[in-house]
Amino acid sequence: MKVVLFALFMLFSLAGIANEEQRIRQLEEKLRCLVCQNQSLADSNAELAGDLRKQVREQVAAGRSDEQIVEYLVQRYGDFVRYDPPFKAATALLWAGPFLLLAAGAVILVIVLRRRRDAPEEAALAPEEKRLVERVLGPGGDPR
Amino acid sequence: MKRFLWPLAIFVLLVGFLAVGLRRDPREVPSPLIGKAAPAFDLPVLEQPGKRFSPADMRGKVWLLNVWASWCESCRDEHPLLVELSRKGTLPILGLNYKDKPEDARLWLTRFGDPYQLSVADADGRIGIDYGVYGVPETYLIDAQGVIRYKRIGVITPALLQEKILPLAATLKK
Repeated sequence: MKVVLFALFMLFSLAGIANEEQRIRQLEEKLRCLVCQNQSLADSNAELAGDLRKQVREQVAAGRSDEQIVEYLVQRYGDFVRYDPPFKAATALLWAGPFLLLAAGAVILVIVLRRRRDAPEEAALAPEEKRLVERVLGPGGDPR
Repeated sequence: MKRFLWPLAIFVLLVGFLAVGLRRDPREVPSPLIGKAAPAFDLPVLEQPGKRFSPADMRGKVWLLNVWASWCESCRDEHPLLVELSRKGTLPILGLNYKDKPEDARLWLTRFGDPYQLSVADADGRIGIDYGVYGVPETYLIDAQGVIRYKRIGVITPALLQEKILPLAATLKK
């Protein structure tokens, strides 16, 4: 019985460790390395990234929440460390920009399509063009 | 003629954006610490390991905190400028010796000159993280109330010192 209980305990604590590892991994993937800017903390080999990973690990072990840890880094390095920056005045263009461009594109598309629809199907022939056509095809001929 | 006006306008706009954007340094991330109190620390002094220093000791003074390391090559580029500035004695410079070996750091100072009133040893780089350091050298201008007023990421150039840092320090002293 004792052995079974012990085994169960071990299993649960292992599962706990695995969970924590997964949490750390997920956090590190959400955070950007400042030295090699297109890599996450998890991927970067920069020394600073190593130090910051250590911080994340220590703070997870100390029982701080993900939000607290992200906040810790944002206070020091700014929103830049987040791959998912919050919406505020400084980041408004970043978030709204693509939608603004899309809307501008839609407006231009509508204008162009309307213009095309309202334009006459075929330009009428100028009188001297008509004369030329009649001379070549003979009078009364359909210019089409 | 008119139909070329729109593409031309868009082209000019794009060139304008690129002209501004490409000249910016993407490595320079604006610090959220400007206008905030300089993070507190209590670290051993590099030159006298028995002594300790904390930014609170500089209250009432405008000063520079320069993050440096003996392994940092560009620190050597800006070093003569710091030595020259320290000779004038107008603006105290304190060093944060970042992730360095004390022996190497001391040797570096004897070889290239010591512009620092003192340097503190941040051996594990933890205080560097508090200051948002990610590329040495970095320099902070801190006012009499202990608030960070300016941060330079990278080498201080003579032009930057003359045109930005010294004038700002002069206004802060008033």
